[in-house]
Amino acid sequence: MQGQSNRSPQCGSYPGTGHPGAGVAKGEAVTVSTAPAIETSGLVKVFGKTRAVDGIDLRVPEAAVYGILGPNGAGKTTFVRMLATLLRPDAGHGTVFGRDIVGDAALVRRQVSLTGQYASIDEDLTGTENLVLLGRLLGHGKSTAKRRSGELLEAFGLTDAADRQVKNYSGGMRRRIDIAASIISTPRLLFLDEPTTGLDPRSRNQVWDIVRIIVEQGTTVLLTTQYLDEADHLAGRIAVIDHGTVIAEGTPGELKSSVGAGSVHVRLRRGEERAQAERVLAAELGTQVHFDADPVALTARISGGESGRGAAEHASRALARLAQDGITVDDFSLGQPSLDEVFLALTDRKETRP
Amino acid sequence: MTSTSSAERAEADGYTPVADNLGAVLASGEPPTHPSAWSASVTFAWRAMLKIKHVPEQLFDVTAFPVIMTLMFTYLFGGALAGSPEEYLQYLLPGVLVMSVAMITMYTGVGLNADIQKGVFDRFRTLPIWRPSALVGAVIGDVCRYSLASVVIIVLGLVLGYRPGGGVLGVLVGIGLLLVFSFAFSWIWTLLGLVLRSERSVMGVSAMVLFPLSFLSNVFVDPRTMPEWLQGFVDVNPIAHLVAAVRGALSGQWDGSATLWMFVSAGIILAIFGPLTMRRYNRK
Ligand SMILES: Nc1ncnc2c1ncn2[C@@H]1O[C@H](COP(=O)(O)OP(=O)(O)O)[C@@H](O)[C@H]1O
Ligand SMILES: [Mg+2]
Repeated sequence: MQGQSNRSPQCGSYPGTGHPGAGVAKGEAVTVSTAPAIETSGLVKVFGKTRAVDGIDLRVPEAAVYGILGPNGAGKTTFVRMLATLLRPDAGHGTVFGRDIVGDAALVRRQVSLTGQYASIDEDLTGTENLVLLGRLLGHGKSTAKRRSGELLEAFGLTDAADRQVKNYSGGMRRRIDIAASIISTPRLLFLDEPTTGLDPRSRNQVWDIVRIIVEQGTTVLLTTQYLDEADHLAGRIAVIDHGTVIAEGTPGELKSSVGAGSVHVRLRRGEERAQAERVLAAELGTQVHFDADPVALTARISGGESGRGAAEHASRALARLAQDGITVDDFSLGQPSLDEVFLALTDRKETRP
Repeated sequence: MTSTSSAERAEADGYTPVADNLGAVLASGEPPTHPSAWSASVTFAWRAMLKIKHVPEQLFDVTAFPVIMTLMFTYLFGGALAGSPEEYLQYLLPGVLVMSVAMITMYTGVGLNADIQKGVFDRFRTLPIWRPSALVGAVIGDVCRYSLASVVIIVLGLVLGYRPGGGVLGVLVGIGLLLVFSFAFSWIWTLLGLVLRSERSVMGVSAMVLFPLSFLSNVFVDPRTMPEWLQGFVDVNPIAHLVAAVRGALSGQWDGSATLWMFVSAGIILAIFGPLTMRRYNRK
């Protein structure tokens, strides 16, 4: 099953799971806490007639990336702003590391940092000025704030732009300074609201790398995104939200298998056996099979679900049939459905509900 | 690590996050103890100064506007009201000083309205600091702009022939009283800046409040020349008390009761509009 193992979930850095080289090895950074990073129950926020967040129950474990996935207008920003103590919930409650987001807002603010969807940095000021300003506001003295600003600019590749006004930064640089500003004091929980929306692929990859490094150091990241592949790549667990409610929750793998589809990708030793293999697979799996660009490879979809059998079971039966028919398989892998398919399936299901 | 990063920089924005560099920065990110209310406010005032440095155009309204006001009213009314501009200036200048600065205070609301729409305020509001400090600091920054405007007007007045009887001390006390009042008065505009949707509406409403307050007062003429009902308004107009107090300080003829009333009205304005502003700010 190499297909599954090549997607290592990013939750590998939970404290205690002993991921070697993870930053949590630095003893003092580990805070063993019984409370999850975030816990909400029945959280609601209404704007006029819009129920922007309509009863969200969520539990976010510590020291991992948790993805909030949903289309534009789903309520992601509103949800995050409530958790960051910027908005007061209209109903329900939430805690951050066990502290109430309304009653203990001041304590919550000491542990969280927010990188908003729209640049939460002062465009008129330079990179250095922004970071020094925030460093001072966090309580650093003048010289410490300056030194910290220099270190952050260096680590984010912004040293050359340090004395330029942020309004002259490129989109990717803005995102980086915005994230840098969020970790002047390393937060226990970092909110990243659509950190890559509008970025070119290269800048997007830079942000992804940054997020991975941050979470490796033991910070919990709550990331919202409209991009299915982003949640898939970064998040250990995902909540899919639509119209202010959670419509699915789980690991990327669980979400995909809940839809029950997948595919098996097969590489044959002899290309001339491809047509025969196609017939075998189609008969066994009862689904469409198509030839890959590679002349010895083909891919078959697996319709899971009804029979109660997993995709793996279907696939292994199909492979056994190929062997019985004397077709030599050099390599195979089991692919999971894309989150795109998952999302469509989930929202369709919801809309057809009475 | 310096060598890797300089190599990266050779390529235009070919930045690659390096786990070691970033990890080291994260590991040393111990949060310090949070700053005092005063220190946070001063930091926000410093932000206002930085904004002036980068957007110096915003000094236009504290320099050009007072100059125009002073020249305009001195020569417009001087001949008719006091026989000559020089004579009238002795009466008018303290009034124009107060009026110009009072008018400029409305930019506090306009500026805040524009500023607060931006995402950076989200960040400020998630910091573990005394919440009003962002606004207190902005207003302190504005008070610096008001002092600049005051200096511009006094210098222009001296050039035009104004002779303050209170001397240097009188001038300093007069400006001091004006700044204290303006600090309190600004909170009306911070509230408006938070309540109203656009900069334009803040401007409109501010002007609607400011024009009657500054014209229906003792800025231009002695209220004893006004009909009685109007005198009644002038008597409760805080701007009128402020003008009398500042005029007294500048001329060396101290007006104790006006000064007292000025402090009382400043206190009342601050006590009403400060908390209202903060309530609004917390909910935004
Ligand atoms: N301040 C607001 N006033 C009125 N409606 C709002 C406000 N903020 C968000 N909404 C509405 O709430 C819904 C959810 O918005 P939002 O949380 O921004 O979604 P997302 O971040 O997922 O795109 C949208 O319909 C949006 O129009
Ligand atoms: Mg959003």
